[in-house]
Amino acid sequence: MPANPEPAGPSATLPPRAKLAVTAGKVAAAVSRTAGRGSGSVIGGKVALRLDPDLLRSLAENLDVVLVSATNGKTTTTRLIAEALKAAGPVVSNALGANMPAGITSALADGSDARFGVIEVDEKYLVGVAKDTAPKAIALLNLSRDQLDRSSETRMLAERWREGLQGSEAVIIANADDPLVTWAASSCRKVVWVAAGQAYREDAWSCPSCGGVMQRPGEDWFCPSCGFRRPQPHWALQGEHVVDPQGQGWLIQLQLPGRANLSNATSSAAVAAVFGVHPQIALQRMQAVQAVAGRYESVQFGGREVRLLLAKNPAGWLETFTLIDQPPAPVVLSVNALSADGTDTSWLWDVDYERLVGHPVFVMGQRKLDLAVRLEVAGVHFQVVETLAQAVAAAPPGRIEAIANYTAFQQLRRDVRG
Amino acid sequence: MSESALRLVWVYPDLLSTYGDRGNVLVVERRARQRGLEVARIDVRSDQPIPTSGDIYLLGGGEDRPQRLAGERLRADPGLGRAVENGAIVLGVCAGYQIMGHEFIDDMGQRTPGLGLLDVWSTRGEGARNVGDILAEPDPRLGLPTLTGFENHQGVTHLGQGVSPLARVTVGGGNGTGDGTEGAWRDTVFGTYLHGPILARNPGVADLLIKLALDVSALPPADNTWYEALRAERIAAVQQPAQ
Repeated sequence: MPANPEPAGPSATLPPRAKLAVTAGKVAAAVSRTAGRGSGSVIGGKVALRLDPDLLRSLAENLDVVLVSATNGKTTTTRLIAEALKAAGPVVSNALGANMPAGITSALADGSDARFGVIEVDEKYLVGVAKDTAPKAIALLNLSRDQLDRSSETRMLAERWREGLQGSEAVIIANADDPLVTWAASSCRKVVWVAAGQAYREDAWSCPSCGGVMQRPGEDWFCPSCGFRRPQPHWALQGEHVVDPQGQGWLIQLQLPGRANLSNATSSAAVAAVFGVHPQIALQRMQAVQAVAGRYESVQFGGREVRLLLAKNPAGWLETFTLIDQPPAPVVLSVNALSADGTDTSWLWDVDYERLVGHPVFVMGQRKLDLAVRLEVAGVHFQVVETLAQAVAAAPPGRIEAIANYTAFQQLRRDVRG
Repeated sequence: MSESALRLVWVYPDLLSTYGDRGNVLVVERRARQRGLEVARIDVRSDQPIPTSGDIYLLGGGEDRPQRLAGERLRADPGLGRAVENGAIVLGVCAGYQIMGHEFIDDMGQRTPGLGLLDVWSTRGEGARNVGDILAEPDPRLGLPTLTGFENHQGVTHLGQGVSPLARVTVGGGNGTGDGTEGAWRDTVFGTYLHGPILARNPGVADLLIKLALDVSALPPADNTWYEALRAERIAAVQQPAQ
């Protein structure tokens, strides 16, 4: 393992205004925590940024910054990369998923002795944060439809990434199996292509470059109209192995379940290699990662084992269905439609709930009736319940898989803590 | 596939299925099967010809660029127009609705010709985007209960003499013309801004399409328990938007 470098750290050499801003932010965060309003990281960051709008830039200056963005898997991948890079030096990270500028600023202000800043960034803020933090590496994992009532259209996001990142000095680690991500990254100077897979393809049938109809034989993809095609990958996920640029395979052993996390680990290994961390060491370290912000966590509730799974959009649900226990494992679905979830529930119809046939299913959450109609049409047997306790009491034996979208997931976490 | 099957054509899932409008296909399919009908579902990608022999054609919503591409490809394909001449049933939602009119505004801000299947034309609204739950009272001639759905569009659709409004808005924006109309229809062609998807929120509309396709005035009853529960909840939620 490489020796620890001299601690440089983001706040060690800050200009006076930035130091004051960091202090003010910490005070605001502490006040917010005391008032019982959560971790206070966002309010702290907002206060600090108001005092010093350049604070994020100042904090990032002495760090090797890695940005991670995607529709799905950002929080987990940020965590995997952070673990891997700890092999090369101390890491500061917005591990709790506060992924807009205020939350990022707050997280960086906490890491005074770090060498690396591993930062999850909301898709819409990526270009701005990349300009502020001069990252050494940017990991682009996937793009698909998500909360269309409040977010940008998916291809517009890819276009914004493409225009905003093309002058970047960063090494872009991009998923070659995702045509939108490939489109976004392909005008960048330094790209490491990773064949990280793509399970949900419904946003990738139209060529992002010319609008032609994409052809997708096997793992390949290309546009017959303009010739835009899948680049030759440097790294690949093959089964449960990461294949490195030398063609050597490394077994991925994660505590996190599912294909999507194998994919996240592959991209993470490629990022770690940019900083000289060998894939074997990177993967060993990733093995330590358990639940990330409660995702994939198995808990005891009502005398039963319940696994908490977060799925926020059609691609996320599809990946989640591939990792749950086989029928007749009981499944709880909970869907809300608060503004953080998206208030339009139409997306439920882009999810293949037909895959739950054979599972006893319980539906709850604010929009349980939308789920009920969806499942009725899918031919899935289900029961509508008011609470997790009701579902657990009625569920047949076996580990209970509880899948929920964003605020419904937070509610489930509160429920199981009692 | 038997000759007697209901032929359900999903037009351009690669371009026009962004807002869960696949649900419309699934609901028609399900409700037809529940009535003992055989259903032949035909998904037509935008590099394939539109069959002329379908009974029901569904066009969903799409983002601005896919909408332009869909419009270009549909204009180059006489299939849908011929099907309508043959009496086929068509439901277009949002981008699909606009494409069925005389013209719409594309992703580059250009006026673009549509298919002219409905006597409507669409412009871009100057005000805020219409986003949110919508309620509307349908044209009484259609024999339908209150329509509930979710709208999300900047477009404004103007109705000509050759169509009737599908409904009158009680909550929401609808066509956005300020006259309270929502959607448009004539004979067997229907356009609407309602997502939700519309047929999941309004199974009566799905049944209407099936009845028109079969040329019958009634269908055997289907179990509407969950649809009715959802409708009641959404209608109540929209009428007291305090939460």
